[in-house]
Amino acid sequence: MNFVLRMAWKDSRASRRRLALFSLSVVLGIAALVAIGSFGANLRVAIDDQARGLLGADLVITSRQTIPRAVWDHLATVGGEQAKEVAFSSMMVFPGADGINRTRLVQVRAIEGRFPFYGEFLTQPADAAARLAGGEAVVVLEETLLNQYGVKPGDTVRLGKVDFTVLGAVLKVPGESVAVTQLAPRAFIPLAQLAATQLAGPGSLVRHRIALKLPADVDPLAIERAMREKFRTERLGYDTVEERKRDFGRVLDNVNAFLSLVGFVALFLGAIGVASAIHVYVRQKITTVAVLRCLGASARQSFAVYLVQGLGLGVFGATLGAALGIGVQLLLPLLLADLLPFDVNFFIAWPAVARGVGAGLVICLLFTLLPLLTVRRVSPLVALRSAFAERVGGPDPWRVALGVLIVLAVVGFAIWQTRSLPLGLGFSGALGVGFGVLASLAHAVAWAARRWCPRGLPYVVRQGVANLYRPNNRTVLLLLALGLGTFLMLTLYLTRTTLLGQIQGTGGNGRSNLLFFDIQDDQIEPLNALLEREGVTTRQQAPIVTMRIKGLQGRTVDEILADRGSGIPGWTLRREYRSTFRGELTGTETLIGGTFTGRVPEGTETIPVSIEEGLARDMRLKLGDELQFDVQGVTLAARVGSIRKVDWQRLQPNFFIVFPEGVLEAAPKFYVMAMRAETPADSARLQQAVVRDFPNVSAIDLTLLLQTFDGIFAKVSLVVRFMALFTVATGVIVLVGAVLTGRYQRIRETVLLRTLGATRRQLTQIQLVEYAILGVLAAAVGCILAVAANALLAHFVFKTAAAFPVGFLVLTVLAVTAVTLLTGLLSNRGVTDHPPLAVLRQET
Amino acid sequence: MTDDNMLKVERLTKIYGPATGAGALTVLREVSFTLATGSSLAVVGPSGSGKTTLLGLCAGLDTATHGDVTLAGARLGALDEDARARVRNEHVGFVFQNFQLIPTLTALENVLVPVELRGEGGREVEARELLTRVGLGERCDHYPVQLSGGEQQRVALARAFMNRPKVLFCDEPTGNLDHDTATAMAELIFGLNRERGTTLVLVTHDLELAKRCQRIIRLRGGAVVSDSTP
Ligand SMILES: Nc1ncnc2c1ncn2[C@@H]1O[C@H](COP(=O)(O)OP(=O)(O)O)[C@@H](O)[C@H]1O
Ligand SMILES: [Mg+2]
Repeated sequence: MNFVLRMAWKDSRASRRRLALFSLSVVLGIAALVAIGSFGANLRVAIDDQARGLLGADLVITSRQTIPRAVWDHLATVGGEQAKEVAFSSMMVFPGADGINRTRLVQVRAIEGRFPFYGEFLTQPADAAARLAGGEAVVVLEETLLNQYGVKPGDTVRLGKVDFTVLGAVLKVPGESVAVTQLAPRAFIPLAQLAATQLAGPGSLVRHRIALKLPADVDPLAIERAMREKFRTERLGYDTVEERKRDFGRVLDNVNAFLSLVGFVALFLGAIGVASAIHVYVRQKITTVAVLRCLGASARQSFAVYLVQGLGLGVFGATLGAALGIGVQLLLPLLLADLLPFDVNFFIAWPAVARGVGAGLVICLLFTLLPLLTVRRVSPLVALRSAFAERVGGPDPWRVALGVLIVLAVVGFAIWQTRSLPLGLGFSGALGVGFGVLASLAHAVAWAARRWCPRGLPYVVRQGVANLYRPNNRTVLLLLALGLGTFLMLTLYLTRTTLLGQIQGTGGNGRSNLLFFDIQDDQIEPLNALLEREGVTTRQQAPIVTMRIKGLQGRTVDEILADRGSGIPGWTLRREYRSTFRGELTGTETLIGGTFTGRVPEGTETIPVSIEEGLARDMRLKLGDELQFDVQGVTLAARVGSIRKVDWQRLQPNFFIVFPEGVLEAAPKFYVMAMRAETPADSARLQQAVVRDFPNVSAIDLTLLLQTFDGIFAKVSLVVRFMALFTVATGVIVLVGAVLTGRYQRIRETVLLRTLGATRRQLTQIQLVEYAILGVLAAAVGCILAVAANALLAHFVFKTAAAFPVGFLVLTVLAVTAVTLLTGLLSNRGVTDHPPLAVLRQET
Repeated sequence: MTDDNMLKVERLTKIYGPATGAGALTVLREVSFTLATGSSLAVVGPSGSGKTTLLGLCAGLDTATHGDVTLAGARLGALDEDARARVRNEHVGFVFQNFQLIPTLTALENVLVPVELRGEGGREVEARELLTRVGLGERCDHYPVQLSGGEQQRVALARAFMNRPKVLFCDEPTGNLDHDTATAMAELIFGLNRERGTTLVLVTHDLELAKRCQRIIRLRGGAVVSDSTP
């Protein structure tokens, strides 16, 4: 054993720099796992520490209706403290310096009371939150609004009928992340001012919320249970710290798993790099092994010598990876700041570090062992004959076992991280497919290069092509590293393009791109007149009647909800339906069953309604099934008259349930209206005109949606890109490693060529040809894989047409090839001016 | 086998490829001889006649197709690779045509490998003495690349004697050396052999060198064509 260690140490002398370089390939992968693991632990601790801050209260009760007196009375008996909030969407008017007003959809939060009870309501300036409590006409706005509209504290903005003085900017509200409030930026006003705005009238979608701080000895869950029992029919929503924690935890686990997998790809790639470097290394050590065997070392001893070196390499890489990972962990909070609804304190989670290092070491070792196994089979005869001779024999059972172990380790890791068998299998399957495609491509390339290299080509080209298939070529390795890297990065980009394209397509081809909602019954006539004057020709309008489902097939909703075996998702029964009535189907609807009834005579007992396909499936409704609706206190009997398919991806009012005309006309209703504004300026002008005359009407335009989506996606993809960068960087390291290994391998040959009179220029050209072919092929295959992955995602996940930016793809191929050439040339520097003599003297 | 026979070779046959039929290449054909302890043998023959193959089989580096080799009392055919490795480590020294020093180790470390393999420490003095004996006392810490071919071969010889072998196998030890260096090398081989009472098996196509052995076996096409004492 002593001999093994000493020999391993001494033998590594000449190649320690190289071994260290090999180990760098796994450093980034391990760093990624360590950083994500440790940061994940930070997050979990943060969630536990700030759990009450996630909600800001012990218990939160929400409702779509004004919270009834009885509930308040009950809460009074519970004790503690309460804070109220009424939230709804509305248009805010920002006076411009040029005298032209601009409007923007905001989320109004009218608040009263000392909320939040836990955590902090951070504003800039700091006293803004406190001054809200005074009840005057003041507002605290989302920071983005201040920036976007050039508003300063002291300026005035208008909401409904009231001018509000801006106090400052919202920085942080417990339990809310900045990223998710981008579509409708928040505007906090005192609840006392709400009535004066005249905005929260009937028909507007208002969310009422009571935050409770309970006496210390009261269990929020018990209160929730008691209230659920007592106010069964009030349709209140409850939110407790425990639920919040669980929800956040689940989301974070998923994000963590996803990022770990991205990190794992880097590790996997690095491990392949290590394996192939060790493969070359071992080949150079064969004579040494044979001599050791002649001198009496056993197969086991000589194997152990190199196993120790492999282990050393792994441990070195893992240690470096752990250190780097901890460094990266410091960066992650900066990247995630806007996405996280709470602060994260940095600490090193050693168990997580150990897990990352452990996983890295295991994968690295398994991959190192694969080429090392050759050492066991080196015959001492090799010392007698300079020719390389591996001892023959059947397939090495150890090698087979190791292969199986590697597959198990990869699958096991994926399942461990995703905590899901199908996801884990899917991920490892995808990795396997990517690997398989690239590896078989590499073999095909080598084969084709051998087969079809035209003799007429210049010598340097033929030599470069020959490098693709000659013994110890790096075709497979480079194609894998570059191809997988390209594939990952490009898939991210294409997905983003696809999603953006989907939203843009929504408003393309003369489709509506501007939506007005919360239009009151008595406003529809004058609004239509206004739009007529403004020259808006294309528009659709739909009346909306809110209703709930009361019963299904003779059973009440409560009965069905109590029956766990019903298989009907609770939300389909509990939710408030915003239904419409009209005489015909619209362009976005197709009838797929039954007949659509456009009008029923007055007094029809069972009204035939049309149900959206997906909802019908969820609720297990068939044609002819009976339903009962509660339309704001009035019970309506209906049956499924038809089932429709709806194209939801248009900015236009679409509905789950459509009633025929002749039933709901008298019910309390409001309207939505979709139209097309040809230019953004038209859109802004229309919005201002409408908001001026009808302050309660809100608008949403497609540009806003696009901006919001792009903003959120940019933040999310920054994180993902950051992780993918590890893969790409690993690819570059593997590339450099491969080039250097090749340099050791081919140094003799290069020197011989030089001795025979090849110029430095010719030698460089030979390399260029090889790298150019590899770069182009890897990039092309990476592109094809990414396009395929994106097409699958687009089809199955986003259900839209995939983006296919040809120009960008061509650019990617060029860029990847350029990087390959550059890396190749840089790390090849020095080979060509190596003194030939020194090399020719060398035995290896 | 009696104590005075260090090496006994019985009807040794080596066939590459399939054992019979087309493609079978018989490299050694029914070679038999015995070699007394302390004696010296030269194996000569044209290139490709099977000399190296014979040497490899005698030293237990390879297994024969038929026949048997008994080396220092051990029947090699009955042993597995690791057991043969132990026999080599205890009884055998090697000198190869292309020196075969371990490139990553210094001259001294190369000489020490056989004893370190046995787990014996503290034999550095002896190793230095051996290197001094072959005239390289000053070059102990040099790496193989820093030594000339003749010097490398002398290090290899020192290494071969480090484990006090009973048999020294040399495969064309002077094949890669110029005439003067070769002569000096031969002096060292025979000198050390005499001093330490080692049995010597020397493969060469240099008849001058062969004549210095007590016995010469000539191979042609894998078969013994003559077995004589000069
Ligand atoms: N692994 C092998 N497979 C097939 N033939 C071999 C192998 N090794 C050696 N030979 C053949 O065996 C014959 C004897 O080789 P060798 O013992 O090296 O000859 P010598 O050392 O006398 O020059 C040669 O013809 C050689 O080609
Ligand atoms: Mg020979």
